[in-house]
Amino acid sequence: MKRYVAKRLCISLATLLAILFILFLMLELMPGSPFNDEKLTQSQVALLNDKYGLDQPVYYRFIQYVKHMVTGDFGVSYTISKNTSITTLLASRLPVSIRIGGQAVLLGTVIGLFLGLLAALKHNTIFDTLTTVVSVLGVSLPSYVFALALSYSLGYRVHWFPLLYQQEAAMKSSVLPTISLAMFTVATVARFTRTEMLEVLGSDYMLLAESKGLPEWRLILVHGLKNALIPIITVLAPLVVSLMTGSLVVEKIFSIPGIGSLLVTAIQSNDYNVIVTLAFIYSAMYIGIMLFVDILYGIIDPRIRLAKEGNYEH
Amino acid sequence: MSTNRENVPSFEFQPDDFLLAKNRDLGVDQVYPARSYWSDVISAFIKNKGAVIALVAIILIITFAIIGPYMNGYTYNGQIIANQNLAPRIPVLETWGVFDGTEHMSTSTGMTVVNKYVNPNKTTGLESTYYWFGTDVLGRDLFTRTFMGTRISLYIALVAVIVDLCFGMSYGLISGYYGGAVDNVMQRFAEILNGIPTLVIVTLLMLVLKPGLGTITLALAITGWIGMNRIARAQVLKLKEQEFVLASKTLGAGDFYVIFKEILPNIFGQLIIMSMFSIPNAIFTEAFLAFIGLGVPAPLASLGSLISDAFKSFTTHPYMIISPVLVLGAIMLSFNMLADGLRDAFDPKMKEI
Repeated sequence: MKRYVAKRLCISLATLLAILFILFLMLELMPGSPFNDEKLTQSQVALLNDKYGLDQPVYYRFIQYVKHMVTGDFGVSYTISKNTSITTLLASRLPVSIRIGGQAVLLGTVIGLFLGLLAALKHNTIFDTLTTVVSVLGVSLPSYVFALALSYSLGYRVHWFPLLYQQEAAMKSSVLPTISLAMFTVATVARFTRTEMLEVLGSDYMLLAESKGLPEWRLILVHGLKNALIPIITVLAPLVVSLMTGSLVVEKIFSIPGIGSLLVTAIQSNDYNVIVTLAFIYSAMYIGIMLFVDILYGIIDPRIRLAKEGNYEH
Repeated sequence: MSTNRENVPSFEFQPDDFLLAKNRDLGVDQVYPARSYWSDVISAFIKNKGAVIALVAIILIITFAIIGPYMNGYTYNGQIIANQNLAPRIPVLETWGVFDGTEHMSTSTGMTVVNKYVNPNKTTGLESTYYWFGTDVLGRDLFTRTFMGTRISLYIALVAVIVDLCFGMSYGLISGYYGGAVDNVMQRFAEILNGIPTLVIVTLLMLVLKPGLGTITLALAITGWIGMNRIARAQVLKLKEQEFVLASKTLGAGDFYVIFKEILPNIFGQLIIMSMFSIPNAIFTEAFLAFIGLGVPAPLASLGSLISDAFKSFTTHPYMIISPVLVLGAIMLSFNMLADGLRDAFDPKMKEI
């Protein structure tokens, strides 16, 4: 097991380093410079380049950059808010995004589990059909469709929730974005729970547990759901991806001061450092979760661990 | 006991005793018509109502994408400033009270109904003008623009399938077939690329290159193939140890002949179906990019950029956002359901993947 974890860790670190390198190279190739102001003279631009270390060779800047990233110093923003350190920018924005993302995952998982369980237990009834419809819609429609529909109906028409995010009413204004982001989670979790639960319910050990006279709740929750849950971990990765992309658009629609809207602004104003930092943070979160999922899966299901170790041994 | 024959009751066979008890006309050698693989597939597909509806919807959408932009006299980029922000108006339906060009405006005095086409107090000059989906803020016909945008989404769908089938498939086939060090290097590379969120790759690429259809195509080409690579590789690993591969090798076939002529035909059907699943993803990526302002440049329209434009005034003119959202939703939904239906019809075992 240690060997397996170590190997996964190495691959993740290599990926992270590769990402840093790619990010850096791509930004090198980018047209324009942060000092596009026509009023700046040649020598002023040179001075600015010198000040920010942009006149150093590429490899040197890359090593410097990695060094800084490791120590958590992401540098300063060039254009969005001049000379503010990105760490400060993130400090106020990251919690907002994480909070809404977390709420969405939590809400989505709970509702998804409930729907999936209901559909499996009441197989081929109206509940089952309803769950299928919800999961097909949730997987197919992008989160901004839900965001727009919700903000028009519940926000604009009946005024239940604010149209735009308000810092002072954070709870109330995070309701609509949370629901829009949660739809994909609901759909995916419901779909998987239903399929897995149906399979588990038809298995021999469930028949045995039932014939031993266990109470129904114990039968379903302990013997059924626990086993059905294992494969659901695999859908975590697509969920994270959908939350990331979703957050960009949903944050724009509700003008939430999170990192998604920061990335959009940074892209539109060519703010190198902010883009690289955010891309790095998104990638790091993604890699971290993939690593977590792989290791967790190995712990829960020994078959996977052994199979994978066998694969790497070859 | 056996000697006591006198007590055995007399017994006579009746003709009925030599017939089958209940099912007198049980057909022992009944021949059923043979069911070929394709008739099985087609009947399984037709039974899946969702998939059939999706197929019809896709055909409809494709038809509209082809002829839609020519169905009325307007062009996708022709601006008539006088006709801006007009609500949808459709000839026959307007007599029923829907799509008659009215829209609800909320003003300081409350909701009012406004009709910019017909006004009993004055001539507007638009009495015989019909915009089926309305017009946008620049007075461009939304019907034409929506279906021009649909073309882009369908083009993206095509790109996604081609990338999957050309690049992802070949990559997975070669990686799986050679195995060993080649496989290790190729899969590590794919793993590292897969470790970077698509969002990051695509946005950075759009920054380095000029935003446009070409760049979007390239972005999809870079990110779209990894899933298919895995599926193709897994299938090759299953097949490459089988006898027919060994036989072909023994007869002196080269590696590429074995891969593309012997192994590929066995799995091509499954791979095509799996590639259908990447279509909604690709369409979504394009719509997402357009929404954050990295889509096709104006005056071209894609469904994403139409939604993005209409979003700016969606509380005052909600009709502008409805048609592109509905078409986009219909495309995504249809492709998802069609892919599901095809997979189940072709290979029920594939459900687990």
